Amino acid sequence: MIRSILRRAGLLTAGTVAGLGLLLAGCSPSADTPGQPERLPVLGLKAAAPTSPADTLPDPIPAFRLTNQQGQVITNQTFAGKVYVTDFFFATCPSICPKMQSELLRVYKAFEGNPNVLFLSHTIDPAHDSIPVLRDYAERLGIQDASRWHFATAAHDTIFALARAYMTAAEVDRTVQGGFAHSGTFALVDSRRRVRGVYDGMVKEEVDRLIQELPLLLKEEAAAKPTAAR
Amino acid sequence: MGAAGYFRWVVVGAFALTLGLSSCFTERQNEGAQLYAAHCASCHGDQGQGLERLIPGVAAADYVARHRAELPCIVRKGMRGPLVVNGIEYNQVMPGHEDLTDSQITNLLNFLQTNWGNQNQPYTIREASDLLGRCNGSDGQ
Repeated sequence: MIRSILRRAGLLTAGTVAGLGLLLAGCSPSADTPGQPERLPVLGLKAAAPTSPADTLPDPIPAFRLTNQQGQVITNQTFAGKVYVTDFFFATCPSICPKMQSELLRVYKAFEGNPNVLFLSHTIDPAHDSIPVLRDYAERLGIQDASRWHFATAAHDTIFALARAYMTAAEVDRTVQGGFAHSGTFALVDSRRRVRGVYDGMVKEEVDRLIQELPLLLKEEAAAKPTAAR
Repeated sequence: MGAAGYFRWVVVGAFALTLGLSSCFTERQNEGAQLYAAHCASCHGDQGQGLERLIPGVAAADYVARHRAELPCIVRKGMRGPLVVNGIEYNQVMPGHEDLTDSQITNLLNFLQTNWGNQNQPYTIREASDLLGRCNGSDGQ
């Protein structure tokens, strides 16, 4: 898997358009996306005051401290040097979550062999979704390795603030089934805590796009690593 | 009007008639499948496959045959707590559907009872309404 990505990345660095075509075809034979960029954009909002006129990049994902389904503390450091895909759900969600989590499971399976790709699902119902509930949910979904896909909880305010940073809508809404309104957005985050893609987890084509674009980010990360190590 | 012009109107007429007829028949006939797609597929899967050990499938499910008489009330009122489907235990919350009429629940369940590997007896609307009466869930429509 990794070797094949590297091989494909080699084709790309040769700068051939044909290489890009091969990469795309290799990921999804049915999808036809000739306009796909070679580098993913940096997304997000800028609320912090610029430190210089050149400082126009969005704010990075803020520092966080969550607890996963094994009761382990996870922070930004847990994802250091990795890319990750994140979403917001709750275990008893009767509406969009099962569909959304089955789509995220599809992404997980596509990158199961690559330890540089992690997954992080936040519960937006921490009152109900205790650590045992999250562990049961993860195991029922077939996720045995908590270090690859974290199901995490924290205080409500922490979760909702993170949802905004990951460009996902999540809020308490007593009028909807389950008591929480939230969107099924997946955010792709790079090793520098920047959102590099948002995808509608309820739409198969959008999730296909995530599966196609993720290798572009991996290629960029692999190219940046030697520089960072110096 | 020449022969060609006349022919064109016949073609247009036939096309319009086909459109009209197909909209009469197909929508009603597929109501069960459409209701499934709108109300059930997000959790139970677009092919009734369920989701791992989290959500039970409804395709080729022993539960669908064994609990035939309870299904109308389960759709109407929802359910919670553990249940076993095809030998696997599930424990999730299923929401009820007060927004469906008795006849819609009938069509939905008849779709399930006769598709995706289920070969069970369909319901009449009257039977479904009677079964819904057990949980005070019949709206008589």
